[in-house]
Amino acid sequence: MSAATAVRVEHLVVDRGRTRAVDDVSFELAEGSLVGLLGPSGCGKTTLMRSLVGTQVVTSGSIVVLGEPAGSPRLRDTVGYVTQVPSVYGDLTVRENLTYFATILGSPPEAVETALTDVDLRGHAESKVKQLSGGERARVSLATALLGSPSVLVLDEPTVGLDPLLRRSLWSLFHRLTANGTTLLVSSHVMDEAERCARLLLMRDGRMLADTTPAGLLSSTGRGDFESAFVALIEGDMPGTRGGPAAGDRS
Amino acid sequence: MTWRRTRATAGRVLRQLRHDPRTIALLVAVPAVLMGLLAWILHGHDHDFDTFGPQLLGIFPLIVMFLVTSVATLRERTGGTLDRLLTMPMGKADFVLGYAIAFGSAAIVQALVVSGLCFGPFGMTVRGAAWLVVVVAVLDALLGTALGLSVSALATNEFQAVQFMPAFILPQLLLCGIIVPRAELPTVLHWVSYVLPMSYAVDATQQLSVHAVVTTEFLVDIAVVVGFLAAALVLGATTLRRRTP
Repeated sequence: MSAATAVRVEHLVVDRGRTRAVDDVSFELAEGSLVGLLGPSGCGKTTLMRSLVGTQVVTSGSIVVLGEPAGSPRLRDTVGYVTQVPSVYGDLTVRENLTYFATILGSPPEAVETALTDVDLRGHAESKVKQLSGGERARVSLATALLGSPSVLVLDEPTVGLDPLLRRSLWSLFHRLTANGTTLLVSSHVMDEAERCARLLLMRDGRMLADTTPAGLLSSTGRGDFESAFVALIEGDMPGTRGGPAAGDRS
Repeated sequence: MTWRRTRATAGRVLRQLRHDPRTIALLVAVPAVLMGLLAWILHGHDHDFDTFGPQLLGIFPLIVMFLVTSVATLRERTGGTLDRLLTMPMGKADFVLGYAIAFGSAAIVQALVVSGLCFGPFGMTVRGAAWLVVVVAVLDALLGTALGLSVSALATNEFQAVQFMPAFILPQLLLCGIIVPRAELPTVLHWVSYVLPMSYAVDATQQLSVHAVVTTEFLVDIAVVVGFLAAALVLGATTLRRRTP
């Protein structure tokens, strides 16, 4: 049996200027699943994520999140989104940032402390964000998204620029969140993060190249590591791994 | 819109300002020094400072607040924090009013200090009530904030935002009656001056300089300035987009 569907995307097309950033993409995310969205830079991952949280003007197709069209007002405190570039106030302290966003979200008072602990930033709570390292800033941004205890969390490259220890601790946080029923879509262009996800969506040039599992990706390409498996998938024609209607003709 | 979110936003903007003491110092010192300079220039010219002082007392804060607000909002737009807020249960009015309240409080401090200096050591006198001059100065500063909020939507970077000051404010300065009385302007320019908020801001202080009692014209001027202020805030809110291409 499968869990309820948290996100359903059908034939999504997004044009940005003259380029088609997302080209006829369809997939579903089950409630409480941890799904990795992988693909090279510029393949449309960010545009797809922006569409899910409702900040992107879409050309056609439909996105339903928790039974509501993406971006509808009722989703604003249940869908969390962390952009690739940390969007927090550099001239405020970590705590001031979190307290402000917690007030906007209407979170309970203890949410700030919990979020600080979750991203391991208690020691920096009183530091100004602009004085932190890139990785620490990224974690402040992530903590902000955790404040509202969202049911769906969309994370755009949350582990970029982090050392291996921190990456490991964040991935274990992601697994804890899914264990509590949160649905996570996590993008990365680092292919070796693929093994940490239960399911993988692979994008290239706006199209969904594959909808598979880490084991499925390795076995279908016959490669030993994810990096070369992905390269093989792009270069070779591997119809067996292609998922859904995204499998179109490529030359 | 909720008061909780508006208040939190105003508090957050003020906290950012507090972390930046140099900006606070500039906000107060720049108009104060400019007014002092004006008093010095006009020293010995009978009552010229009494004529020009109140007019410019309204204009300098407007310019300063216009610049500060347009850059601050631009930073929110380009830094991704505005997008983040708009994915949250944040009303557009919460954002705009939060900024207006925060910079409005800064404007009150600014107006009190600068007019205190003008009426005190600089020796400015008006026939009307001095506190009304302070009220007009605060309203003008708020108008600067509101115009800055709405105009920042047209700018995509700081270079552009800063250039909107000469583009939007200086023509108003030329036409508001300080250089040539509005009635003596060429006909077309005279008409144009009627749709520019600064004309009313400057006329309001002129009324206070000349008349000991509150005139109907003064009340109309104030009403028009408040109208422009409200319109600019509404315009500022409508430029906020939850969904972008």
